[in-house]
Amino acid sequence: MDAIRVHGLTKRYGDTLAVDGIDFAVPTGATMGLLGGNGAGKTTTIAMLLGLLIPTAGTIEVLGHDMSRDRFAALARMNFSSPYVALPHRLSVAENLRIYGHLYNVHGLERRIAELAAELDLGALLDRPAGQLSAGQKTRVALAKALINRPELLLLDEPTASLDPDTGDWVRTWLERYRAESGCTILLASHNMAEVERLCSHVLMLKTGRIVDHGSPQDLLDRYGRDDMEEVFLDIARDRRRAAAGADS
Amino acid sequence: MNAAAARRIWGLMYRHLALYRRSWPRLLELAYWPVLQMCIWGFTASYLATRIGGVAATAGATLLGGVLLWEVALRSQMGVAISFLEEMWSRNLGHIFVSPMRPWELVAGLIAMSIIRMLAGVVPAIAVAWVLYAYNLFALGPVVVLFFMNLMIMGWAVALGVVSLILRHGAGAEALAWSVLFGLTPFSAVFYPVSVLPAGLRPIAWALPSAHVFEGMRGVLLNGVILWDHLFAAFALNAVWLVAAAVLFARQFRQARLRGALMSIGE
Repeated sequence: MDAIRVHGLTKRYGDTLAVDGIDFAVPTGATMGLLGGNGAGKTTTIAMLLGLLIPTAGTIEVLGHDMSRDRFAALARMNFSSPYVALPHRLSVAENLRIYGHLYNVHGLERRIAELAAELDLGALLDRPAGQLSAGQKTRVALAKALINRPELLLLDEPTASLDPDTGDWVRTWLERYRAESGCTILLASHNMAEVERLCSHVLMLKTGRIVDHGSPQDLLDRYGRDDMEEVFLDIARDRRRAAAGADS
Repeated sequence: MNAAAARRIWGLMYRHLALYRRSWPRLLELAYWPVLQMCIWGFTASYLATRIGGVAATAGATLLGGVLLWEVALRSQMGVAISFLEEMWSRNLGHIFVSPMRPWELVAGLIAMSIIRMLAGVVPAIAVAWVLYAYNLFALGPVVVLFFMNLMIMGWAVALGVVSLILRHGAGAEALAWSVLFGLTPFSAVFYPVSVLPAGLRPIAWALPSAHVFEGMRGVLLNGVILWDHLFAAFALNAVWLVAAAVLFARQFRQARLRGALMSIGE
């Protein structure tokens, strides 16, 4: 069973083709990395998976629900976190979590908030305004918001952007453990290749709206003859493998 | 409406109520302008009454009734539009639009907040009118509730139009949240009858639910009769306005999802 199934997904803005007929599936319980340079189509693809954006063509099925007809049933079972979408900064952390607990119809909400506070070390932050937190604290709060409804599918847009290495490592460790314990499917967009190598079981490489390669991080490392995903990323972004192959021939 | 929908609407209301609980200046701001208006026009009416006498007293009552009732429409419209803008300013709309909250639930939550905001603004003004000028709006009788209802519904319809324009044009349209209803004031016959307007402008006035409400108010104040035809016209026009605004909102919401505007609204 796949948590996400995408077929022929296309998004066109006027003359610009942002996503060009991509097909992919994310198996339930997998962590899929969505990689690509700026303008590759990652954010557009995530926005279509979330129902924020209507595709020009193609179909999206999330957790068995057709997103063009039944998106709210899927949205209730998934969640999203991005450092670029804020939480109301004048409200306390607890108030923010309560709001989203109501929006996602979470039963036993105060108990769930206490659980998340314990798991994500938010106890001392619950009464503080969200706007007064450090970047690392905000990331933990955003994760708590994203987990408030115990999602079966978690979409994360650059979850460790702007975090120091220690906090970034803490978040990655936590996500690894959470996925293993909950069986949650994760779709992750990131520019941090070490993070992708560590967390993702599958990777989709996007370039100019198309999937130009895919596979497990180890498959890609082997295929490109590289030691780390950073080099694989650069090979794809700069067409280096093709250039090298052209020079060889 | 099922329990989950009611809870999502409450979630949105809780978000705004928590904001007011944390900020007394915000609460004060809700009542500030209606009370200020009441003070200015109340003292003006009192002054005229002392100078001119009985006719001015009747005119003063019409003036104060007009000020109070027009605030109902203004506060209802701003209550919806500014609550939506609060979400936009805090860059929180992205989280709301990817939650299971349906667009109609968002609108219902904004309307519920507008009722609370309107009451927080208008009730102190009604109290000021009563304490300072011995003017009791409710002396108009139970029909005042129907006036309130009509002006609230008109405020919501206009606000939905404003929200639709914000969805279409982004932050550039937000000034309309404060100004749009003021533009309708001259045609709403708040302080004078529609017959005062030039003949060419009267059709515009008669297309506004508010003009019928204020004609109705003057009917009660000046002649002691309820003008049911005007009240019926106000309800009928409001139904048309509300349906038109809902259609516009639904279209602009879909267009925003097609253009990707929901991803960047407010930026």
